[in-house]
Amino acid sequence: MTHLDADPPLLEMDGVVKTFPGVLALDEASLRVGRGEVHAVVGQNGAGKSTLMKILNGAYRRDGGSVTFDGRPVDFGSTQEAQLAGVSTIFQEINLVPYRSVAENVFMGREPRRFGLINWSRMNREAWEILSRMGVSVDPRRPLGELNIALQQMVAIARAVSFDTKLVIMDEPTSSLDDREVETLFGVIRELKGRGVSVVFITHRLDELYAVCDRVTIMRDGKTVAAREMGEVGKLELVALMLGKEVGEVRRSGATGFGRRTAQADGLPVVELHDAALAPRLHDADLAVRPGEIVGLAGLLGSGRSEVARIVFGADAPEGGEMEVNGKPAKLRSPRDAIREGFGFLAEDRKADGIVPYMSVRENLTLAALPTLAKNGVVDRKRQDEIVDRFISRLGIKTAGPEQTIRELSGGNQQKVLLARWLCLNPKLLLLDEPTRGIDVGAKAEIQGLIDELADAGLGVLMISSEIEEITEGSDRVVVLRDGKTVAEFGRDEISQDAVMTAMAHGEGERVGIAAHAGGGPIADPATVTAEGR
Amino acid sequence: MAVPTPRPARAMEPLAASRRPGFDLRAVLQTSQTARALAALVVLLVYNVLFTTNFVSLGTFNANLTQVATIVIVAVGMTFVIATGGVDLSVGSLMAVSGVLAPLFLVSGGQFGAPWVGLVLAFTVPVAVTALFGLFNGTLVTKVGLQPIIATLVLFLAGRGIAQVIVNGELREFRNLGSPLVPGFEFIGLGGIAGVRFQILIMAVVVAVAAWALRATVFGRYVLATGGNEAASRLAGVPIQKVKLTVYTISGLLAGIAGLIVVAINRSSDPHRVGELMELDAIAAVAVGGTPLSGGRATILGTLLGALIIQLLRFTLISHNISDGVARIVIAAVIVVAVLLQRQRTS
Amino acid sequence: MSTSSLSVGYGEYQEDVRARGRVVAAIQRQGALVALVALVVFGVVRYGANFSAPYNVFTAFLTSNSYFMVIALGMAFVIMTGGIDLSVGSVAAMAAVAAARLSPQGILPALLGAVAIGLAAGVINGFLIGRFRLQPFVVTLAMLLAARGMALVLSNNAPVMVDFAAGFPNLAGQAIGPVSTAPVPVPVIVSAALFLLGMVLLNLTRFGRHVLAIGGNEEAARLAGLPIARTLVVVYAMSGALAGLAGAFLAAISYSGAPTGGLGWELSAIAAVVVGGTLLTGGVGSVGGTLAGVLLLGLIFNVLNFERGFGTFEINPFWENVIRGVFLLIVVVFQSRLARRLGVRSG
Repeated sequence: MTHLDADPPLLEMDGVVKTFPGVLALDEASLRVGRGEVHAVVGQNGAGKSTLMKILNGAYRRDGGSVTFDGRPVDFGSTQEAQLAGVSTIFQEINLVPYRSVAENVFMGREPRRFGLINWSRMNREAWEILSRMGVSVDPRRPLGELNIALQQMVAIARAVSFDTKLVIMDEPTSSLDDREVETLFGVIRELKGRGVSVVFITHRLDELYAVCDRVTIMRDGKTVAAREMGEVGKLELVALMLGKEVGEVRRSGATGFGRRTAQADGLPVVELHDAALAPRLHDADLAVRPGEIVGLAGLLGSGRSEVARIVFGADAPEGGEMEVNGKPAKLRSPRDAIREGFGFLAEDRKADGIVPYMSVRENLTLAALPTLAKNGVVDRKRQDEIVDRFISRLGIKTAGPEQTIRELSGGNQQKVLLARWLCLNPKLLLLDEPTRGIDVGAKAEIQGLIDELADAGLGVLMISSEIEEITEGSDRVVVLRDGKTVAEFGRDEISQDAVMTAMAHGEGERVGIAAHAGGGPIADPATVTAEGR
Repeated sequence: MAVPTPRPARAMEPLAASRRPGFDLRAVLQTSQTARALAALVVLLVYNVLFTTNFVSLGTFNANLTQVATIVIVAVGMTFVIATGGVDLSVGSLMAVSGVLAPLFLVSGGQFGAPWVGLVLAFTVPVAVTALFGLFNGTLVTKVGLQPIIATLVLFLAGRGIAQVIVNGELREFRNLGSPLVPGFEFIGLGGIAGVRFQILIMAVVVAVAAWALRATVFGRYVLATGGNEAASRLAGVPIQKVKLTVYTISGLLAGIAGLIVVAINRSSDPHRVGELMELDAIAAVAVGGTPLSGGRATILGTLLGALIIQLLRFTLISHNISDGVARIVIAAVIVVAVLLQRQRTS
Repeated sequence: MSTSSLSVGYGEYQEDVRARGRVVAAIQRQGALVALVALVVFGVVRYGANFSAPYNVFTAFLTSNSYFMVIALGMAFVIMTGGIDLSVGSVAAMAAVAAARLSPQGILPALLGAVAIGLAAGVINGFLIGRFRLQPFVVTLAMLLAARGMALVLSNNAPVMVDFAAGFPNLAGQAIGPVSTAPVPVPVIVSAALFLLGMVLLNLTRFGRHVLAIGGNEEAARLAGLPIARTLVVVYAMSGALAGLAGAFLAAISYSGAPTGGLGWELSAIAAVVVGGTLLTGGVGSVGGTLAGVLLLGLIFNVLNFERGFGTFEINPFWENVIRGVFLLIVVVFQSRLARRLGVRSG
């Protein structure tokens, strides 16, 4: 942190606290960004990055701590206020108006006028100037929607710059860009840096940090755990810091509710995926799940983990690759098809893709099972009640009763209801996307124990998780995705936090052949798992 | 993070929930809005019993329920559509279509061989046609992906035009009284059983079946799940498209039945008037009854109450010599207040 | 959560798609104008002097479409914000009655009274939609009912004859004060002037661009700090005031203010706006296109009239609504395709 001492930093956030009902989202978090510095903020989901950024850009008010920007203490009440003070945000989802022209989007709300009427020629000219200074050549009169996503992002940045911005927050700006487009974005970031504009850059792709960032702040559980010069921190160390693990430390027990698994999984895979692709994130995913085994699917956010689950479940149609169910080629066109094959899917976003908020626990629990519970289209209420009662007590769902609306339940209990939604169908394969996210510790261990038990009973489980212990302790096999490709696979005896983290960070490790390694370079020697950053 | 390794005990909480077999008033009144609607209805009833002369009579009962029957029948279909997060603006025009089709089979009944053939066709063909139009609405919503307001606006416009074209814009009068043994077409509008008008019975059956279907059938649960969270429902295997196609078809079918009743009451079919403003009455009944216009929750009983409130309000105002014009303004205000109250509750 | 897969594409393929999208967009923007010109040429060639005679152009055609012109202008702005105003027909009827009632006071009081009462209705709509965030279709449906009620109240349930002595019918004449405008009737001149004003408003003022930004992406407009509530209130107020003006024209042209007037006008206006290239989902629109849309729809019926006069075919005038509906359907389906191609999530 030495170089900051000479010059007071542009931004200093200290001891920032933010609570939401029942949750401490930020626990004395801090962030320092120098002038003309490209600063990365990294952390897992729920680490508090977004909350910290929202406090910085005025979307949230902080509950404690101090923020100094450009030498003055600030407390922005709205995004507009922050923008006028020199803090602009480029959102992940581009928040511009696609039908309107590039120039209009740049100047929306501040259109230059002459005699009270809009001065189009000046607006177009100035928009063009701002963009060309960034090295972007685009006709300012074209509707924004005609441009590709990368160019739209450039327009969003141009809008930010036009406010005489001192700091630009970019929240996962590369998540929907291809490699070429990412390069263009980096060019613009370097250009901004050259003009003394600071950039706070949030991404889950580690390579990008090294390509463009000067410094990095690592967050975990609402706290700032480290701030380093980019050149002084290795990838593996970065991942370890994000996950809260020591490099080289391997803890094999005590962290999760998973027991030590011994059962041997054999037989035909319930599902097998070859070279699955789904733009823009997934290119080349391979995996197989056999009855009675838990396959952990690891990878950083944006590596294509959820896409794999959605493809297997028929929720998204893959753009390439093959799928086999019980050894036979299969094409699942909808979740309905997948459910008929005996699949169940616990989606990552419980609120958006899981619960039907105003329905009762009973209704939510049996939603997928309704066809099996009906006689001539009429729900057999007795059987429904039996099942609901059984699973409420079996999974220990804490509820005032089956008629309570599900939105009143805690996250953990909602998750149990959703798990029961599939379990009551006696599934053959469960796809679990972050099954324990946002759940209190007790419920978490219970769910983990349950997953174990289900696999012992012969169920195939594909488990996606950002938590390294959950993956390493819970899985019989671990498949690692990196940038949309299966890059490594570990059998039970090879699973270790180090190995998995290395593969997540570098894309190296052992890859047991499910299919021939498509394209790409030689597979790294499984024995040489390096622990150093590049 | 230090959680004990032993597998968590699965000793479970005792079940606090009480089973509630059969009819359950609390579940019916689960939405406070429905309770509010019921209270409003009771207030109106009490007021009229006290201050309106001759209010407590079979005549008043029949008159009010006759007026409200077609609205309720259409509003039940509308409730299903709104429960999925949609809306159907075409119901009034579809009533006109069915209304002008029916007499065609009665007037020229002879050519179908026997009069009863014409009678059967007069009941079935119009309803089948409007159901198909409903299916068309559903197709525009699901396959073409139009917003429900726009999709149903097409038939709102063209539907009435089709009705007008069919009869050349003319009002058609007819008589089909039937025989003492076989009731004629007009029975559904003018007939009665034990002093209660037949369409009131139709209304009662429609309400009962719909309320039951919404609560007890897979389809009913799918309707609410679709409106409540479409993405989650799809992942749980709910056939979203089929559900939506079905609700718009039901809405068309019920509008068709309502159209038959209206022309039977009038003994004539006027393509310009049949079903006029019905979309508004139906949406108003749904909203006042406590079904949120955003979908996901619905109460058929509430819709019945909503229609009754609006009708009774209209009756009260008019029987106290307040003009039809003022009555409309008051009802419009009630609709807006109902929607405002809903918005505050959901947000 | 996930970004729309349509918004991601690669290299030349994408450029190709975009280029085709632009052609489609151009047809969408200028289609009504092209069709209008073609139809005019067809009319001139086929019907000769009768068709291009001032009487047909200005009186038979333009004057009878002047109501739709002004109403469609207001509707265009409403639809550009992504809303809809179903109350304009009723509001016009209410204003027509008001104008007829005020006609003994002279042209100006009657005209201003009509516009003011329409404005009041529009402001109420705008507040409920802009400030209280109610759905436009419910609010304006309620206003449709309330304004019709108000029309009945103001007219005592019967058409109100216009007072000739004070000269109110001159509002539809061919002179502004002492200045003759023959052969162009005043409503046509006023409509034309309003459209010019509308073009300036949409294209050259911040208000106009904000209307389009709100309709295009309300969230983005909010983040950019645009005054969303105020813009919506103004837009609905404009629509109401213009409906009031249409009511004044109606009273002046028909010599009476009928509480039953203006039926279905909202739909003609919506159809015209959409045919003119304004997206029903909001965010894209054109004032000139709207004018072309109104004139195109009007001209189609004018041409059909000529054909009927020629005895080419016997066409039932009630086909009008069907034709409008089918037109609307074709255009909205076309639009939804276009919206998808532009990678915009509609609806």
